[in-house]
Amino acid sequence: MYKFKVIFDITRTHLSSRIKQTGTATLGVTFGIGTYIIMMSFMTGLNGMLDDLILNRTPHIHLYNEIKPSEKQPVDLHQKIQQSLNVVHSVKPKKSQLRIHNALPLISHLKDDPRVKGISPQIVAKVFYLAGSNELNGVINGIHPLEEVRLFNFDNYIIEGRPEDLIKTRNGILIGAGIADKMSLSTGDRIQVSTTTGGIFPLKIVGIFQSGLGDIDNIQSYVNLKTAQQLLGEGNSYITDINIKLWDMENAFEMSEAIGRQFNLTAIDAKTANAQFETGTSIRNLISYSVSITLLIVAGFGIYNILNMLIYEKMNDIAILKATGFSGFDVKMIFISQAVIIGLVGGILGLLIGYVVSVLISQAPFETEALPTITTYPVNFDPNFYITGIIFAMVSTFLAGYLPARKAQKIDPVEIIRGQ
Amino acid sequence: MEYILEAKKVNKYFRNPVLFHVLKDISFGIRPGEFTSIMGKSGCGKSTLLYILSTMDTDYEGELLLNNTKVTGRPRAELAYIRNQQIGFVFQFHYLLPEFSVLDNVMLPARKLGTKSYKQIKMDAMEKLDLLGIKDQAHKKASMISGGQKQRVSIARALINNPKIIMGDEPTGNLDSKNAENVFNIFKDLSVEKNLSLLIVTHDMDFAKKTDRIIEMADGEILHSNALAGVRSEE
Repeated sequence: MYKFKVIFDITRTHLSSRIKQTGTATLGVTFGIGTYIIMMSFMTGLNGMLDDLILNRTPHIHLYNEIKPSEKQPVDLHQKIQQSLNVVHSVKPKKSQLRIHNALPLISHLKDDPRVKGISPQIVAKVFYLAGSNELNGVINGIHPLEEVRLFNFDNYIIEGRPEDLIKTRNGILIGAGIADKMSLSTGDRIQVSTTTGGIFPLKIVGIFQSGLGDIDNIQSYVNLKTAQQLLGEGNSYITDINIKLWDMENAFEMSEAIGRQFNLTAIDAKTANAQFETGTSIRNLISYSVSITLLIVAGFGIYNILNMLIYEKMNDIAILKATGFSGFDVKMIFISQAVIIGLVGGILGLLIGYVVSVLISQAPFETEALPTITTYPVNFDPNFYITGIIFAMVSTFLAGYLPARKAQKIDPVEIIRGQ
Repeated sequence: MEYILEAKKVNKYFRNPVLFHVLKDISFGIRPGEFTSIMGKSGCGKSTLLYILSTMDTDYEGELLLNNTKVTGRPRAELAYIRNQQIGFVFQFHYLLPEFSVLDNVMLPARKLGTKSYKQIKMDAMEKLDLLGIKDQAHKKASMISGGQKQRVSIARALINNPKIIMGDEPTGNLDSKNAENVFNIFKDLSVEKNLSLLIVTHDMDFAKKTDRIIEMADGEILHSNALAGVRSEE
């Protein structure tokens, strides 16, 4: 069996007899790893929050009927003049219904798809909010409150009341914070709503939501799906939009194409709708990785330098060890183990410092209009960062130690002893 | 009579800066218990010969036998093991590991060999230090003791694995006459009492005269390798 004990004792004596150099090298690793942990935790925490802000609340696929001019005019279908150049001026969209045809069978068909996590039907109705003689432009969304909570974290944006109240209270409405502000309304008050067909309905405010996007908060309100159907005087199969959430967002593009073609609907996938967010996330990740890797490489060079100097200082020791029967491999192990110990101690300290600072950051107050439920900085305590950190510390210090150690292995003791 | 260490037609060249024939057909043997010194002018190749005999230098032609086993051409790791087990070294400069205690320095080769328990090695080391009269310095740092004491520590270290032969490169060269005398007496006792072979490179004539046998070298060749009459009869 290889005698690690004696090698380790020599290593320990070397390290402890020059505690300043050892400390400097260790601190280099500590700062490198600590910064890596802090940056990754904080950056991915922020990324996660930003994703929550936009991507998690948008459906992966959004189905609706868009009003647009027909792509093929009747003249194109006439066989006898197909060869000629037909120009139609002033093409207007034809009057068509906003509702999705056969929405309920379509929903149950989509629910059977294994890729689909959930489906939330919606009704979008344009309305006016009435306040005295003022009319405020608005949009009311009829939703399934519980599905919205499950699929799109709807509850994260509600600052007063609860989503369940929409079901419990007949004619309940959740109004945007901007509307509440403008019309000085609060929970429990009544609001009158007039639809485009002319009817006026009194609704009871059960809560207030704040999305963080002013344009939405100023016009949008939510009611139960049934209430919306009653507002519009439609039956229970009247649905204007279907929002689909998938298990894996990567499938969104492909599925939206297929559904759009098959059912003759406009289908938009989230990636197309929010392309810039993907880019932002990946660039932020790239920046944090490159900064932390740079720090670790700098720490690695520090260790390389210190071990190189140590080996020049220890030429005599190396020669005498070799003369008295230590092999080149033993000598190499002595120096590699010094590097690895520096890496291990520095790495563990770095993880601790990184963790402590992350905890401090995660407790620092962070108020944002966008996410009313978040009060402190978002930090991601993913254990993978800690595993990657310690592995990186070990690998980089091993490499930094390996080159000088191999030099020590090759030192010819005769040359040193004769050189005196 | 069998040799403990035997060189057969050893030739050595330095290639840098020009080809130079340092050792020319060196052949001789050392018997158990023989106290031999190698003498010669500076540059005659005596140290070079010692490093070949010590197995540290492997770049030579010819054959080297230790205990009648050929060691020429063995891999370096094996040679390190042979040195560890069978050869003890004493150098002109004491070459202790300065950050370790005296006791640790003496113990290291035995701990590398690893045939005895730590406790046993510690006892052995204390015994060797006692033999050399420096037991009281055992727990001092190696850098904190005097030159003469250091040389005695390095002799104790050379003895720790009970080697067959001790080699020295000017072991008294850096010591005053009183300490040199001391070291010589220690070597003499080891040779007589423990039947240890000693091979010491020196240019101190007084030292060499007191040994069993002087090998005199000049220009890479052995001039005489005769046993001095009357110093000690062959056993």
